[in-house]
Amino acid sequence: MGFGDLELLTLQQYWWIIISLLGGLFVFMMFVQGGQTLIDKLSANETEKTMLINAIGRKWELGFTTLVLFGGALFAAFPLFYATSFGGAYWVWLAILFCFIIQAVSYEYRTKPDNFLGQKVYEFFLKVNGYLGVFLLGVAISTFFSGAEFKLTTHNFVEWQNPLRGLEALFEIKNYLLGFALVFLARISGALYFISSIEHDMIKDRAVKSIRVDMVMFLAFFLSFMGWMLTKDGFSVDASGVVFMQEQKYLLNFLEMPLVLGIFLAGVLMVVGAVYMAVVHKKTCCIKTGGVGIVLTVMAILLNVGFNGTAYYPSVSDLQNSLTITNSSGSHYTLVAMSYASLMVPFVLGYIALAWYSMDRVKITKEEIESPDAHNY
Amino acid sequence: MEDAVVDWSRAQFALTAIYHFLFVPLTLGLGFIVAIIETIYVKTGDAIYKKMTKFWMTLFAINFAIGVATGLIMEFEFGTNWANYSWFVGDIFGAPLAVEGILAFFMESTFFAVMFFGWDKVGKKFHLLSTWLVAIGSNLSALWILVANGWMQYPVGMEFNPDSVRNEMVNFWEVLFSPVAVSKFLHTIGSGYVVSALFVIGVSSWYLLKGREVEFAKRSIIVGATFGFIASLFLTLSGDESAHQVALKQPVKLAAMEGLYEGKSEAGIVGLGVLNPKKTLTNDEHPYLFELEMPYALSLLGYHDIHAYVPGLKDLVYGNKEQNIMSVEEKMQKGALAVKSLEEYKEAKKAQDEQKAQDARKMLDENMAYFGYGHIKKAEDVVPPIAITFYAFHVMVLLGGWFLTLFGVVLFLATKKDITKNRVVLKAALFSIPLGYIAAEAGWIVAEVGRQPWAIQDLMPVGVAATKIASTNIMISFWMFAFLFTLLLIAEIKIMTKQIKIGPDGGH
Repeated sequence: MGFGDLELLTLQQYWWIIISLLGGLFVFMMFVQGGQTLIDKLSANETEKTMLINAIGRKWELGFTTLVLFGGALFAAFPLFYATSFGGAYWVWLAILFCFIIQAVSYEYRTKPDNFLGQKVYEFFLKVNGYLGVFLLGVAISTFFSGAEFKLTTHNFVEWQNPLRGLEALFEIKNYLLGFALVFLARISGALYFISSIEHDMIKDRAVKSIRVDMVMFLAFFLSFMGWMLTKDGFSVDASGVVFMQEQKYLLNFLEMPLVLGIFLAGVLMVVGAVYMAVVHKKTCCIKTGGVGIVLTVMAILLNVGFNGTAYYPSVSDLQNSLTITNSSGSHYTLVAMSYASLMVPFVLGYIALAWYSMDRVKITKEEIESPDAHNY
Repeated sequence: MEDAVVDWSRAQFALTAIYHFLFVPLTLGLGFIVAIIETIYVKTGDAIYKKMTKFWMTLFAINFAIGVATGLIMEFEFGTNWANYSWFVGDIFGAPLAVEGILAFFMESTFFAVMFFGWDKVGKKFHLLSTWLVAIGSNLSALWILVANGWMQYPVGMEFNPDSVRNEMVNFWEVLFSPVAVSKFLHTIGSGYVVSALFVIGVSSWYLLKGREVEFAKRSIIVGATFGFIASLFLTLSGDESAHQVALKQPVKLAAMEGLYEGKSEAGIVGLGVLNPKKTLTNDEHPYLFELEMPYALSLLGYHDIHAYVPGLKDLVYGNKEQNIMSVEEKMQKGALAVKSLEEYKEAKKAQDEQKAQDARKMLDENMAYFGYGHIKKAEDVVPPIAITFYAFHVMVLLGGWFLTLFGVVLFLATKKDITKNRVVLKAALFSIPLGYIAAEAGWIVAEVGRQPWAIQDLMPVGVAATKIASTNIMISFWMFAFLFTLLLIAEIKIMTKQIKIGPDGGH
C-alpha cells in the first residue's frame, strides 16, 4: 500500500501534521532569535559577545531554512492559504520578511572590515529580527484564532476587506498575547542554548538569571493566551462544510482529541521541567528537553486549530469563506507526490542531527574565539 | 486588474529576481571550485591549497548570506504579489518549491556551518564531504526552482479542474523532466559556473597585476580557467538546446529575440545589429538600422535544420495559413469561449443542471489550451518588449563568446607560458568580472521579459495573476526593497573588496 491508496482527507490530515511539526520546529529554532535579544545582557565584553553570537550564528541558517520550508510546504499542500494569507495580509508578511532579510547578512557582515553600516547596526538588525520578527509571527499566527478580514471570489481569488492589509491584526490587542509569549519563549530557549553550548561560567550565570525573569513573563503571556483561546468562541465546520461559531471550540477540541491534549500537556511540562532543571539544578543540557517540549506544544496548538472540524484560517468578513484543511489543500495527486518526498524528512533530520552533534560536542570557549585562525562571526 | 498594480508587481518581482541573481551564480559555481581545491588539498596535503580553500570560502560565505535573504523574499513574493497565480497553479508550482526545501536547502544550510566552523571540530574527510554537499545542495536548489520556472514557460503534466478553478498536477515526472525545465536548469547552472570562474581568474589576475600572492594566484587561475573553459563549452551546448526549446514552445519569444518581423525559411541570425525604433508590426520600415547576418543560422539554431521556416512576429500575431499558424485573434476567440464556458459551468453546477454543466465542460476542455487568451485585450499585446529582449539576447551571446575565448587564452598562458608577463590578458580577466554578471542577468531578461505578457504561457497573463491590492502598497514596498537591497549590495561589495585587498593571509 502506498500513499496513493489513502483517502484525500487522510492526506490532508497527514500534511497538516507535517505543517504543525514544521511550525513546532521553527518555533524551536527561534532560540536563535531569542539569543539575539540577549547578546548585550549576557556579555560583559566584546569577546563574550562574540562567543554568544558565534554560538547561535552557526545555527541561523537552519532556522531560516525551516521558515523557507514552512512556506514551501504550505504553498504545495495548502495553496489556498498561501494565496489568501500572503497576498491578503500583505504588510504583516512583508514586515516579517524584512525582519528576516536583515538577519541573514548580519552574522556574516558584523565584524568584517569595511562593512559599510558598522558593527552596531548589524547588531541592531539582529535585535529587530529577535524582537519584532518573532512578535509579528506570533501576531500572524494568532489570527488563526481571532480571524482575518477576507473574502474569496468564485475563482478563489482573495479580496482583502481591510485597507491596512494585515496590519489591522495589530489593532486586536489579544493577538499581542501570542506575540509576546513567543518573544519570551525564544529568549528562554536562547538562554538554554547558550548554557549548553558555551563553556563560560559568567555567561551561564547571567543566562540563568535572565531565564528567571523571562519565564515569569512568558507564563503571564502564554497563560493569558491559553485562557483567551480556550474560552473564546471558535470557528467550527460541520460535515457539509458550513462554518459556524461554536462556544469554547478550542477547549472542546482538546477534550475531544485527548492525544492532542496529551501532546500539549507533555510539551508544556517538558518546557517547565527544562527551565526548572536549568535554573534550580544548574543542568546544562536542558535545551534538548525544552526544545522537544516547544515542538510538541506548538504542534498541539496547530493540530487543535486544524483538526476536529475547525476552520484554521477563519474569515470574519464571510464565515463561509474560511479556510479548512479540506477546502484549501492541494489535489490528491499532488499530496501523494509530496508525501513521497516527505519520506526524505527522517533522513534530513538524521544528517542535521549528525552535523549538529559533530559541531556542538566541542563547546565554544574563549580560547577558540580568540584564536588567530578562528573563522568567527 | 489596474495597470499600475501589474506594473509595480512586475517591477518588484524583477527587482528581487535581479538582485537575487547577482548572488546566486557565485554560490552555484564557487561552491564547486572551493570543493575542487579542497579535494586537491586533502589529496596532496599541500598547505597552499588549504590557504586557497579558506580564502575562496570566505568570499563564498559573504556572498551566500545575501543570496539566502533575497531567495526567501522571492519565494514569498509568489504569495504576496501573485496571489491569484498562487491559487491557479499552486497545486503544481508549490511542489517543486517544497521539495527544494526538503532536499536542497537543508543540505546547504546544515553543511555550510560545518564547512565554515568545522575545520578543527570534524575530521578532514567529513569536512571535505561537507564542502561538496554545500556545492551539491546549492545546485540542487537551482534544479527545483528552475523546474518551477520551466513549468511556467511550458506548462505540462496538469489538468484544469473547473470545480476548484485551478490547474492540478497529474504527472510529476512530466513536470520534472520537461525539456524546457531541463535545458533551463543546465543553461542556468552553466552561467553560474562561468560567472564564478571569471570571478576567480579576475581576482587572481588582480593579485598578479599587483605582484602579490603570485603562487596562490597562479594556481587559482589554473583551477578557475579550466573550470571556466569546460563550463563555457557546456554553456554553449545548453544554450543551443535552450534556443531550440524556445523555438518549439515560445516562438513569439524567439522572434522577439531576433527582431524577426517577417517569417522566412533558411533564416539567418543577426549577430550584430541595431533595431529600427520606427518599426512596428504594421508598417513597412526595415527592422534594422544596421545588421550583420549569419545566413541559415536561425533556422539551424531554432529547428536544427537550415531550411526550416522560422515564423516572424507578424505570422504569430496575424496568422499564416500557409504555415498553419493560428492568429492571436482566433486564439482570443477560443480563449473567450473557454472563459465563458467556465462561468457557464459554474452557474450550471450551482443550479444543479448536470446536462448544462457537461456541455459547458466539453466546450471548456476543447478551448482550454487558449484560456489565457480570453483575457488578452488586443492581439498585439502578446508581443513582448522587442528591443529589451533583442539586445539582452545579443549581449548575452556576444559575452558568452568572449568568455570562451578568454578562458582558452588564460588557460594556455597559465599552463604553457608565464601569464604574469601578459598584463593585457590579466587586465582583460579583471575587467571581465562584471561582464559575467551582465551576461547572466541578460539571460534572465531574455527568459522573463521575452515571455511577457504571460505569467503562465498561454494560460494566465500577468494582469490576472497579480494580487488585488492598491498599487500604492506595492509602490511603497518596492522602494523599501530597493533601498534595503541596495544598501546590502553596497555592504557586500565593500566587504568583498576589502577581503580581497587583505588577501589570503589575512583573517577570515
